[in-house]
Amino acid sequence: MIRSADRIFAGSVAGLALLVPATLLLITALLLIDAFPAIRAYGLSFLTTTTWDPVKLVFGAGAYVYGTLVTTAIAVTFAAPVAIGAAIFLTEYAPRATRAPLAFLIEVLAYIPSIVYGLWGFFVVVPLMRSAIEPALQAALGGVPILGVLVSGPVVGLDLLMGGVILAIMILPILLTVTREVLLAVPPSQREGMLGLGATRWETVTRVVLPYARVGIVGAIILGVARAFGETMAVTLVVGNSSTAISPSLFTPGYTMASAIANQFTEADSDLYFSAIVEIAVVLLLVAIVVNAAARLLIRRTGAAREGLLL
Amino acid sequence: MLVTRDREMGEMKQVMSRLLAASALALAAFIGACGGATTTPGPSAAADPCFPVKGQCPGEATALNGAGATFPAVIYSKWIDEYNRLTGVQINYQSIGSGGGIKSITDKTVDFGASDGPMSDQQLADAKAPILHVPMVMGAVVPTYNVPGVTTQLKLTPDALSAIFLGTITKWNDSKITTANAGVTLPDQPITTVHRSDGSGTTNIFTDYLSKVSPDWKSKVGAGNSVNWPGGVGGKGNEGVAGSVKQTPYSIGYVELIYAIQNKLGYAQMQNAKGKFVDASLDSVAKAAEGITLAPDLRVSITNSDNAEAYPISGFTWILAYQEMPDKAKALALTRYLWWSVTDGQRFAKELGYAPLPKDVASKSQEKIRSITSGGARALPGS
Repeated sequence: MIRSADRIFAGSVAGLALLVPATLLLITALLLIDAFPAIRAYGLSFLTTTTWDPVKLVFGAGAYVYGTLVTTAIAVTFAAPVAIGAAIFLTEYAPRATRAPLAFLIEVLAYIPSIVYGLWGFFVVVPLMRSAIEPALQAALGGVPILGVLVSGPVVGLDLLMGGVILAIMILPILLTVTREVLLAVPPSQREGMLGLGATRWETVTRVVLPYARVGIVGAIILGVARAFGETMAVTLVVGNSSTAISPSLFTPGYTMASAIANQFTEADSDLYFSAIVEIAVVLLLVAIVVNAAARLLIRRTGAAREGLLL
Repeated sequence: MLVTRDREMGEMKQVMSRLLAASALALAAFIGACGGATTTPGPSAAADPCFPVKGQCPGEATALNGAGATFPAVIYSKWIDEYNRLTGVQINYQSIGSGGGIKSITDKTVDFGASDGPMSDQQLADAKAPILHVPMVMGAVVPTYNVPGVTTQLKLTPDALSAIFLGTITKWNDSKITTANAGVTLPDQPITTVHRSDGSGTTNIFTDYLSKVSPDWKSKVGAGNSVNWPGGVGGKGNEGVAGSVKQTPYSIGYVELIYAIQNKLGYAQMQNAKGKFVDASLDSVAKAAEGITLAPDLRVSITNSDNAEAYPISGFTWILAYQEMPDKAKALALTRYLWWSVTDGQRFAKELGYAPLPKDVASKSQEKIRSITSGGARALPGS
């Protein structure tokens, strides 16, 4: 009796567990079917050409790919140093009693709905960018080679830089949380050994803790990248939603893949148009799977998983 | 999925803001409804149990499903509500966008569709059954701007408007703008253009107008719910465009007339096809469909109307219906509802910010409704 009940239970939970990968497979398959007309029509050039013209039915997602890459790069550039610094402080320097509350406060950022970030960005940060920050950047960097190009052109506030800044704030919690877990997973014996040899705390952090955790931190950054790639609502509100021309200036209004889907899905009235939008979704999904898998692999290698870190 | 949720949120916001406006006007509408007791002119003079519209009609279906444009969603839900109170017929309208409306009626997943732009010849050919276009009400699109220091209402020529959005005019003090605005000092500042980032019937009317007045626009950009914009920034929904314009000095965008009125946005006067500068209002919008020749299938764009009093960026919104509906009960219910909408229902239009159909167009809509058949026989009672 007991045995058969056991077997039934084992079987049903196995079935439930299989439901999840089955859903993923189903979504991928359905997206591929819907994207097929666009894949057949454009092949790989879909990702490299930049004309997106629903009237003449010419679709190339190059500008969206570019916008996604640039905003993500900006986000990681801003968020990673902050997250790593804060994580070092929280694990190595902060008084024990303040560690948990501080970490909690930063993690709260992750619970704020995306649309709230978007509205705050649109009504508070964008006017600030347009009237103060971007003109100041232009004045300071305008004459500098290479950097000057990044800040050239008219200042509107709704641009790639702004999209990246919002993303930086949004990926900060995941970057910080994972980096902190990775640092915590560095065995105490490593620190103790170093301190026992007479090393300062600075030497301990730079010579032992960070090298030990390096791979895991890279994993954390990749998880942040994955989050930034798929983020939709907040970016849509501030990035400018314009796919006209790829320009090296970060002050040009841009467009990300996720925003393009959100904006154009409803009114995609021809089959090819619809299919092209679904193809963007396919690209996003594949990138998300690859990036997440890579990040998890790296984090596991630092031994964090063995220390009970659940990702 | 995230994408779907965001999309729904955008739509919800749009519908919600309209519903808010609708409820503010509900009292007025209620009084209006009490004043004008339902004396719907029926399709024939003979006595008919189905007209005037009151109570159930014998053999009528009690439920209908429709989907499509978001622009007319407020008046459609008002009509559906009023009609339900009169007859008990339950109509479910999902405002999923014009593209979705066309898709739904093409795939036969709804009893009727709705769109702000007419279906193309190709789309009609792809549909599984012949489809009719029935104009329901009218709307308009206005250029709204933010030019610090300018307090008088700007006047724009078609030439200036298309050049601004094409990017061939880049400064506010360009002679194309200043010549029509004698006495106004326009600044030597770059123009930022703002367009809809989401696909929209509003964009369709606006770009359709620009395609008519500018050969350059027609060849380089064209008309559609979404187009390949030559520049500027995109905002999501009317609120996204209006917000960006309000925030960005020296910018210009376009929004639905009703949205501009509700939010007290300044908008420009447009020069119409007869050379007259016209302020957008429900009356000047209605004029766009008056005294002009309509194509027999009513799939007609009325932007840049020849009427000398017309506001030029105006358009119809259509119900898409099957020419032949095999289900007799549904055909009866739909034709009766549509008939009521283009006759008695028109009195709700102005309160909700839509221009009612001019008489000659309303009678053409009625002809279309009469021509809907079920099993080869006319579906509308008394027709």
